[in-house]
Amino acid sequence: MTGGQAVLAATGAVTGGEAVTFWILAPLALVGAIGMVWARNAVHSALWLVLTMLCLGVFYVLQAGPFIGMVQIIVYTGAIMMLFLFVLMLVGRDASDSLIETLRGQRPVAVLLGLGFAGLVGTGLYRALQGSTPVGLEQANAEGNVQGIARLLFTKYVFAFELTSALLITAAVGAMVLAHVERRKADKMDQIATMKARFAPGNYPGPKPGPGVYATSSSVATPARLPDGRLTERSVPEILPTRELSESETTLKGTEK
Amino acid sequence: MSTLYLAQDPTLADFGRDPWWLVLIKIVFAFAFGLVATLLGVWFERKVVGWMQVRPGPNVVGPFGLLQTLADGLKMAFKEDILPKKADKVVYFFAPTISVISAVTALSVIPFGPMVSIFGHRTPLQVTDVSVAVLVVLACSSMGIYGIVLGGWASGSTYPLLGGLRSSAQMISYEVAMGLSIVAVFMTAGTMSTSGIVAAQADATRLTIFGTEIPAPGWYAILLLPSFIIFFIATVGETNRAPFDLPEAESELVAGFMTEYSSLKFALFMLSEYVAMVTMSAVTVTLFLGGWRAPAPITTFWAGANSGWWPMLWFFGKVLILVFVFVWLRGTLPRLRYDQFMRFGWKVLLPINLVWILVLSGFRKVQDLDTPARYLAVGIPAGLLLLAALLWPTRRPQPKPTVQEQVNARPHGSFPLPPMDLQVPPSPRTRRLVAEREPANIGAAPVEKEV
Repeated sequence: MTGGQAVLAATGAVTGGEAVTFWILAPLALVGAIGMVWARNAVHSALWLVLTMLCLGVFYVLQAGPFIGMVQIIVYTGAIMMLFLFVLMLVGRDASDSLIETLRGQRPVAVLLGLGFAGLVGTGLYRALQGSTPVGLEQANAEGNVQGIARLLFTKYVFAFELTSALLITAAVGAMVLAHVERRKADKMDQIATMKARFAPGNYPGPKPGPGVYATSSSVATPARLPDGRLTERSVPEILPTRELSESETTLKGTEK
Repeated sequence: MSTLYLAQDPTLADFGRDPWWLVLIKIVFAFAFGLVATLLGVWFERKVVGWMQVRPGPNVVGPFGLLQTLADGLKMAFKEDILPKKADKVVYFFAPTISVISAVTALSVIPFGPMVSIFGHRTPLQVTDVSVAVLVVLACSSMGIYGIVLGGWASGSTYPLLGGLRSSAQMISYEVAMGLSIVAVFMTAGTMSTSGIVAAQADATRLTIFGTEIPAPGWYAILLLPSFIIFFIATVGETNRAPFDLPEAESELVAGFMTEYSSLKFALFMLSEYVAMVTMSAVTVTLFLGGWRAPAPITTFWAGANSGWWPMLWFFGKVLILVFVFVWLRGTLPRLRYDQFMRFGWKVLLPINLVWILVLSGFRKVQDLDTPARYLAVGIPAGLLLLAALLWPTRRPQPKPTVQEQVNARPHGSFPLPPMDLQVPPSPRTRRLVAEREPANIGAAPVEKEV
């Protein structure tokens, strides 16, 4: 049950608990993978993937890697999949795959190729690993799993690790530079500045006149009339052109006959 | 005395040796602890908030209103379970269960006490412990986000969706701050197992300053104070409690992700929130407040305080105090605005945390050096810091123009302003009315109304 036992279990032969856990979780992981491809809804697809990732996390723990197992759950399932979900939810919940096939006959071909690839990888791995015994796990976990990983990361692989993090940070900063629009503090109009602009000469501070709503017309496209009879463009929303009323609009409504 | 401690402290080898019935008892106990803590926690919170707001709080059902939560729970179970038409049925059903399961699972790695004897078996008072137990807690809390987010999404309406989106962003951000503040604990304790961290806080660290040995306190809350403060703030953010309860902000989102939930499903969400609060308090106690160990003055005159079943009492006492702080925060602080909250997490907590970890690792490195190198290693950064502080350019504040100057600076033709001294000149019309009126009745009181 514990990490210590898991470490012991993975060094030698496959124990009962390990086998039981594997045979419960392995089908679940496969179901998750198939469900991810099959699900029409994008969010359901993501949830199936979460299931597969959780099973993989438990597998890592079983294979004497408790740290990487937990990292798999925290980082991949907890953070990265969550960001995926975040985007999918913004897309909208009704966004499902369309069922129309654009390439005729691609589905059976894809299934065939997929099965072939899986068979190739499976048999290749099986033949490669057949009869081989795991070596060196006890030495690797001698001073504790976490300590062993930390020693490798901070000594042998420190340069590769730093490079990877530099790459990720570059990507994140690049995304922020491209997407983030930041106005300087001086450009931001506070309440006082807004009021000053409102009462500056050349700007009429009062509310705009409402569009002309008369007995003959109730359209927002009808401009209001100024006291001297001119039409004022300020009363009409900017996307609508100012226009004279047509004949049909000026005739009184509901008074024929 | 230290030998006594060592005898009590469970190590990783002590776990995984229990018979199945003992494991079952422990699991049921941890689960029941979560449930009872919720029942009492809701009552406690309502009572304390009532006390803070000078009103009695629940006082009708049971003695001191203790059974109020039970009554509410029963009522909730018998309410109609509404399924919105646009809801995604499967996900809508699973969301609250995910929430509860991940909140309760985290309790399994909390050490409630030292080695005790249960029916003749020497066993630690903890369901299990692994070499990465603290990461298990983090994993559980990151799985708990799924419950909230999926609940918000599956409800099929706007406010829950907004609440769910908020909570995912919020909890991921605060998990970063939380994880970084635990790093300091890992560095000091040298282990990630919860029982190991409790054991590491047992003995006072000896600091040798100018030849004399000074025992520094063992609790990481004092040794690693910045980490403790940041961790506690992050737990409040992580459990969606006020003042960080943005996913369910009533004034903006009705009830956030649980707007559409009713009956038992709503009860499950509520349960998970309170269990998460208790779990997080327990984790804070374990990581920073010495776990199940008795606080300092007790152990000096009672050596047996840390053995047997007594530690459970200290543990529950510490958890209760932290839960009280949670309630206290809720009763005191107004809710933060969303952008302020995110800015606080990313631009305040995170940088402070990183600098603190750097300083801490610097300290630990310096401890290994011999004396001249130690002075150099401390002196050069300190000197650089002082230089930077001295040479930092100061910004002189510009004198603010007076109101009259601002008025005079306005361009010609600006909108007319009232006089700036706010003395409104008397209306000429009023004066004329008063002056021209004949006194109607000499004997009556003078008319003063018009002026």
